[in-house]
Amino acid sequence: MGRKILLDKINVPGIRTYEVYRKEGGYASVEKALKKMTPDEVVEEVKTSGLRGRGGAGFPCGMKWSFIDKKSGKPRHLVCNADESEPGTFKDRYLMEFIPHLLIEGMITSSYALGANLSYIYIRGEYMWIYKILENAIAEAKAAGWLGKNILGSGYDLELYVQIGGGAYICGEETALIESLEGKRGNPRIKPPFPAVMGLWQNPTVVNNVETIAAVPWIVNNSGADYAGIGIGRSTGTKLISASGNIKNQGVYEIDLGLSVYEFINSDEYCGGMQTDRPLKALVPGGSSVPVLPAHLIYKTAAGEDRLMTYESLADGGFASGSMLGSGGFIVYDDRACIVRNTWNFSRFYHHESCGQCTPCREGTGWMEKVLWRIENGQGREEDIELLWSIQAKIEGNTICPLGDAAAWPVAAAIRHFKDEFEYHIRFPEKIKNRNHFVAEPFEKVKHLITKQTV
Amino acid sequence: MERSHIKQEINITDTLMNRINELISHYPADKKKSALLPVLHEVQDAHDNWLSIELQNKVAEILEIQPIEVYEVVTFYTMYNQRPIGKYMFEFCQTSACCLNGVENLMDYTCNKLGVGVGEPTADGLFEVRGVECLGACGYAPMMQLGDFFQEHLTEAKIDQLIADCKDGKITLHDK
Repeated sequence: MGRKILLDKINVPGIRTYEVYRKEGGYASVEKALKKMTPDEVVEEVKTSGLRGRGGAGFPCGMKWSFIDKKSGKPRHLVCNADESEPGTFKDRYLMEFIPHLLIEGMITSSYALGANLSYIYIRGEYMWIYKILENAIAEAKAAGWLGKNILGSGYDLELYVQIGGGAYICGEETALIESLEGKRGNPRIKPPFPAVMGLWQNPTVVNNVETIAAVPWIVNNSGADYAGIGIGRSTGTKLISASGNIKNQGVYEIDLGLSVYEFINSDEYCGGMQTDRPLKALVPGGSSVPVLPAHLIYKTAAGEDRLMTYESLADGGFASGSMLGSGGFIVYDDRACIVRNTWNFSRFYHHESCGQCTPCREGTGWMEKVLWRIENGQGREEDIELLWSIQAKIEGNTICPLGDAAAWPVAAAIRHFKDEFEYHIRFPEKIKNRNHFVAEPFEKVKHLITKQTV
Repeated sequence: MERSHIKQEINITDTLMNRINELISHYPADKKKSALLPVLHEVQDAHDNWLSIELQNKVAEILEIQPIEVYEVVTFYTMYNQRPIGKYMFEFCQTSACCLNGVENLMDYTCNKLGVGVGEPTADGLFEVRGVECLGACGYAPMMQLGDFFQEHLTEAKIDQLIADCKDGKITLHDK
């Protein structure tokens, strides 16, 4: 059974309140850091832990912290990225909704490490009720003396606020988030300069995901080495996985990194297997932006090794036969799920959410959506698959921020692994019209209709 | 009706102004503009859930910024409404996991029941159905947002009940 670092207290009655959270040992990391550690020592512990950014990129957190510009003399800021909007991902809301003080404790300890005296939690506009939970928790923490001037008599001051967004996925990109926090459209900035040098109001800023910051109290209370002892290789610690789709037990799970994908999907402790007796068809393991894996590559890598829930194992084989751990947004599809329909759905999402700043993304995402829509609706043309391949290749790597890549990868992977399903849609439009969109006849049953000469 | 022809009464009450000032205090004195997004949410909630040009101009005046700085934000983010909308806006998540769990059928069901298409308010202005992108409830699909709150694991029966509760005024839209 996996250990619980983030969710160990989640079922304690009243844990959302300061009183119970404190009684359960909450805010101990703030006490320890402010009374017994220098900021640099906190940074070193986080470096030792090997904690990687849990928002999707997986960049080492301690290293990111060490980049912050301390020489300029400008105010520094910590900004928590709570703009969770990636299809398949709903883990951060779980933490914030049920144990908000864990995030606030992490924000105080991390802000101390960075020398930040003014920090923000930027939460997506749609999580309005969680915004209010956080505002209330911040007020409780302030009343108890964990925020404000001279915290615990240490001479350290911190103000923490929560900022609400306006409904834009792109604001999950760290520089777009900063623009939004400045009261502007969420247009990503060109990097460099990186936020660690010129971030919020041109001040040195670190942007970290909710789950990343929530892991800091445990690391400080125990040790970086203890945290590094969990997991495998460079995938250290635990990870929240939000599981959805055609599985029995949908929800948020905390796993030790290194668990096998087979066990995660099939054991009763986690997903409990498929929702019905239908076979597994595909898996998106890290939110909609990561490549989809076909059934034969889900439990085993191309090299025949067990596929593990780690950054490295899920990416094994590159994009040809691997995917990414990303944000841990696990979407499981059974054999009735229509891959073309699903790929169109993702493309519509990225088209809608593109900020429009870069031409390849602005135009390309809409173009892919249109082509996929006509294939899905029985008006596909023979050249459409090649066209889609060409469009996605022209978007990838040609935009300011990774949203372009995020739009291109699902299309590329769907064509790479499910080309015959696209061909079937184009060749037999009469069979796909008037059916129940997402849930279709199992493709395996009709696959024999496709021959190599078809398209 | 064209947006420019619809009048909206502007009513910045003392309570609302106090809340706006509190939000402004969250940022350094020379960074008032940073309060724009949260201020727009508060002002919209207090004005029948939409923001006319005149109201946007008022926000610009309060925050001491140019009106264009407000317009460009209002038009960029999906949660700010530039026209009057149905009082009870059923915002169905139409992304992957919700679709796998039948949200498209539920949207059709709701539209048929209310006698409207997606994006059209009912004649009495009480309801509107909208499709939105991922709301972060994939494990609790299918779902929709109603005011500040999520309605998850939706079924036709739950939608029937929600419509009835809205008509009876039993639904809270904003937690104030």
